[in-house]
Amino acid sequence: MLVPLKWLKEYVEIDVPVEQLAHSLTMTGTKVEGITKQGEGISNVVVGKICEIHPHPNADKLVVCHVDVGDRKLQIVTGAPNVKEGQLVPVALDGATLPGGHKIKATTLRGVESYGMLCSGQELGLTDEDYPGAEVDGILILQEEYPLGMDIREALGLDDQVLEFEITSNRPDCLSVVGIAREASVALNSPFEPPHIEVKPGVGDVNAEAKVLVQDPDLCPRYCARVVKDVKVGPSPLWMQRRLASAGVRPINNIVDITNYVMLEMGQPMHAFDLDKVAGRTIVVRRARDGEKLVTLDDKERVLNGDMLVIADIEKPIGLAGVMGGANTEITDGTKNILLESALFDRGIVRKTSKALGIRSEASLRFEKGLDIHNAMAALDRAAQLIQELGAGTVVEGVIDVCHGSLENRVLEISWKRVNGLLGINLSADEMADVLRRLEFKVEVKGEYMRIEVPSFRQDIEGVADIAEEVARIYGYNNIPMTLMEGTVTRGRKTGRQKLMDRVKEVLVGTGLYEVVTYSFTSPRVYESIGITDPQLIPKTVKILNPLGEDQSIMRTTLIPSLLEVLSRNRNRGMERCQIFEIGPAFLPKSLPLEDLPEEKPLLTIAEYGPDIDYYDLKGKIEVLLDEFGLLAEAEFVPHVHPTFHPGRTALLKLNGRETGLLGEVHPKVAQNYQLEERILVAELELDVLLNSAKEERKYRPLPKYPAVERDLALVVKKEVLSAQVERCIRELGGQLLEKVELFDVYEGAQIPEGYKSLAYSLSYRASDRTLTDEEINALHDSIVKGLEERLGARLR
Amino acid sequence: MKAELEQIRREAEQVLACVSNLQDLSNFRVEYLGKKGKLTQVLRGMGTLPLEERPKIGQLANEIRAYLEEEIEKRKKVLEEEALSQRLRDEVIDVTMPGRRHYRGKLHPLNIVLNEIKDIFLGMGFEIAEGPEVEWDYYNFEALNIPKNHPARDTQDTFYITENILLRTHTSPTQIRVMERQKPPIKIIVPGRVYRSDAVDATHSPIFHQVEGLVIDKNITMCDLKGVLDVFAKEMFGPQTKTQFRPHHFPFTEPSAEMDVSCTTCGGKGCRVCSYTGWIEILGAGMVHPKVLQYGGIDPEQYSGFAFGMGLDRITNLKYGIDDIRLLFENDIRFLEQF
Ligand SMILES: [Zn+2]
Repeated sequence: MLVPLKWLKEYVEIDVPVEQLAHSLTMTGTKVEGITKQGEGISNVVVGKICEIHPHPNADKLVVCHVDVGDRKLQIVTGAPNVKEGQLVPVALDGATLPGGHKIKATTLRGVESYGMLCSGQELGLTDEDYPGAEVDGILILQEEYPLGMDIREALGLDDQVLEFEITSNRPDCLSVVGIAREASVALNSPFEPPHIEVKPGVGDVNAEAKVLVQDPDLCPRYCARVVKDVKVGPSPLWMQRRLASAGVRPINNIVDITNYVMLEMGQPMHAFDLDKVAGRTIVVRRARDGEKLVTLDDKERVLNGDMLVIADIEKPIGLAGVMGGANTEITDGTKNILLESALFDRGIVRKTSKALGIRSEASLRFEKGLDIHNAMAALDRAAQLIQELGAGTVVEGVIDVCHGSLENRVLEISWKRVNGLLGINLSADEMADVLRRLEFKVEVKGEYMRIEVPSFRQDIEGVADIAEEVARIYGYNNIPMTLMEGTVTRGRKTGRQKLMDRVKEVLVGTGLYEVVTYSFTSPRVYESIGITDPQLIPKTVKILNPLGEDQSIMRTTLIPSLLEVLSRNRNRGMERCQIFEIGPAFLPKSLPLEDLPEEKPLLTIAEYGPDIDYYDLKGKIEVLLDEFGLLAEAEFVPHVHPTFHPGRTALLKLNGRETGLLGEVHPKVAQNYQLEERILVAELELDVLLNSAKEERKYRPLPKYPAVERDLALVVKKEVLSAQVERCIRELGGQLLEKVELFDVYEGAQIPEGYKSLAYSLSYRASDRTLTDEEINALHDSIVKGLEERLGARLR
Repeated sequence: MKAELEQIRREAEQVLACVSNLQDLSNFRVEYLGKKGKLTQVLRGMGTLPLEERPKIGQLANEIRAYLEEEIEKRKKVLEEEALSQRLRDEVIDVTMPGRRHYRGKLHPLNIVLNEIKDIFLGMGFEIAEGPEVEWDYYNFEALNIPKNHPARDTQDTFYITENILLRTHTSPTQIRVMERQKPPIKIIVPGRVYRSDAVDATHSPIFHQVEGLVIDKNITMCDLKGVLDVFAKEMFGPQTKTQFRPHHFPFTEPSAEMDVSCTTCGGKGCRVCSYTGWIEILGAGMVHPKVLQYGGIDPEQYSGFAFGMGLDRITNLKYGIDDIRLLFENDIRFLEQF
């Protein structure tokens, strides 16, 4: 909401600087977003009259003007084609400045001296809305008489300041100059004077000129109308045009401008119909019929339905109630008689209509927030008054007023102690009543209670909390003391799960991974990018009905594509190493179409590349994580095939037999889809499986008292035999006395037959109660070797 | 023989003085004191001596032996010292050369700041609650006093999944979920990811993060709201931080407020960051609307409460001086390693 300061000052006395006004309003709840000083940057530009125009001796396209600027005549060269002798124009004098910091100096143009510059509208930073004709190609030709030498800012009314307000949705009354003036008067404690409305007696009888039928009274609690005859449609006076322009509304013609002016002034949207085009001279307020069509004022054909409210005549719709008028009854230069509408429409239906059709008008913005039923009549009279004052037509005597709504004000009984209790302050009943009265509430204090009559323009006030806010904002939020809660002591702590989650991140960071944060919606095409082309394998997804774009239209079921994108971006930017993880939910629909909320299953995804990064690096990181939660012994890494991954370098992680996730090298084709040449390692684990299996208990095991004996074991096995199998065998065969098994060498090549590999283990034997003898160890070691031979066909190397 | 022994002692003294390393010293010992050493050889000739002289010579030889042993030990200590100093001199390295890099990652700046926020509120007795990102319209709007067709829905352009299911536009729905399952006193913060259908630019992202707070108990007042948030601001931005509360409107709180903190860049004098106002808006807050308490199954006649919500991304950017929200989601390693 834009409000020119001069306009505001008509209704409230303001004798403080505009910055202070803005601060006072902001601190009482009417937030000022900005202050624009019109004509800022313009100096030494005056009104001048072109007395003579001569051709330039050295240039066809230039002319030499003699310009009277009041106290002297100047010779100025211009190239503009539209200057004529006798015109008044803006003249930038030697030393003038224009918006944007341009400086004007006397100069010589093709051998002729020029003591200034004639300005175009654009050079002054003006648009047609600021001043008619400002956007023409050429010099701005002033349309009224001004004293020569007058500061152009004064002449064009550019000396005002415009306040921009952020008006919250509960205060439609402040979408008006009068409403803001009312707030300013309370904020500054200075007198408020709303416009004095008086309509002179009209001619004839309105009831003989038009009829209003409201068919859906619940959707139109009040419809007021007046008729104006013999209107003379033309431009409205410049002062009105300028005010509208300053407030951001484009001037159109006197009738439309008056309706807009009243809307800005009083907050009540209005509409004018060309009465001679209203069939049967009858206004019918009704729901639209399905499929009915209307061309609105913006020349677009709209297809209507029964969820929309229209203004119609006896034949056809002529406007969308509270949203936009129809072209068929638009005010034109030939309009003779008009019907002025000032009504109250249901908030919901206006919003539904405007949303369904995608029209957001100044009118709909106000109606959907709830307007004052009394103001409809006042605004109608104000418009009639302006028509009379501007001589724009003859107002017909009388008003049509179809009112089904209640004109009674809301009355609340509020305990003033309760208000104090909510705010934590201690005002007396009288102090509180005084604040409310300044806001135009009628208050009677009756013991513990206040009987409060809420003014009709404050539809937002419903109960004690609302009254508390009114009291608090005028009392001053910053005068309310600060305390810390008394009462029940609560213990602030994280849940066990939250603590585990913190530890997961701590461990991962410790292994060299950076945490990333990526978008949780993505493209349905990512599955193809990560190699999942079989439609059977593409998961069901949660789809967004109104996404920003196709590539952000589904909720992700895996974090892998997002992380590959991050790797790709970092690789593109030249990083030779990128090691990252993210924890975030996969969104898994329970059924499609969605009838319940999807499952949000937290995933832990790791992705990395770098000079020393391979499968075993990634696995090592996961082992560190498993170890942290006491799960290393339960973990099983099973070779696995998945289209995203390298078929020979991928494992399924199982914890106690439960599938927990995948880890492995990304398939080269998938890496290529992300412009990645190097080996990419990725793991994705279901965090809940991990956290739910976590073993938090730790128990001390006594340190060994007797020495351990180490023996190496070098085996030759078939290539397909997995290290995990060998290790499991050794452990089973070794039993209690075998303390540790470590793989320390893997070898294939010379001396090893084709299709075989050598695995070298270091075995450590120990008993807790004695020193083992060589005989014992030899027997056990031999039995392990023998067992390996039997079970896995292993030979000693 | 005596003279011979004396000769050996003198000679040994001279030689020993010239021994300059431990190897020579060890050779010296063998040469003089070893089984075939000079002293031993002299003593072999003892048999030729008269019986009465033998003890004297024996004693002298032992003296010389003891003396030389002692001298050798002394010399050894000196030489060991010298050898060690030499080694230390030889082992000088350039301590300014870079260390071998151990790779440790870092948390994302959003979560570093979130951890700080959590710690501040945990310290004030709050617990941490969570809620779903895909949410019912009922929890996101209806139960927060934002009925269908309420204009406040405009300020939160919503991604819909179905007519009744949406991507939550704020963390506030968790307020209702917690009220439904927990009796007062309630003291929670709710960090989480939220979604609004905004086009991306330097200050907007369709996905961002909030931290919601909710306190409900008997006799909770607006003074408590101000007190708690003032403590938060001072812990978060430093003890010199000032706070200011301005009236505002949210459908789910009444009275409602926005809180500004004194500009973290200029301290309140006015600069580009605070648009020359000295203040930076960081959160919205208010007393929980009685209708919202009712929706949560809590009697507004008995209990009152306050709620607040802040943008984690905005606070993170403020704290680190990050001027473009998009950097948070790009995850350039050179960005992440700065925090
Ligand atoms: Zn600042």
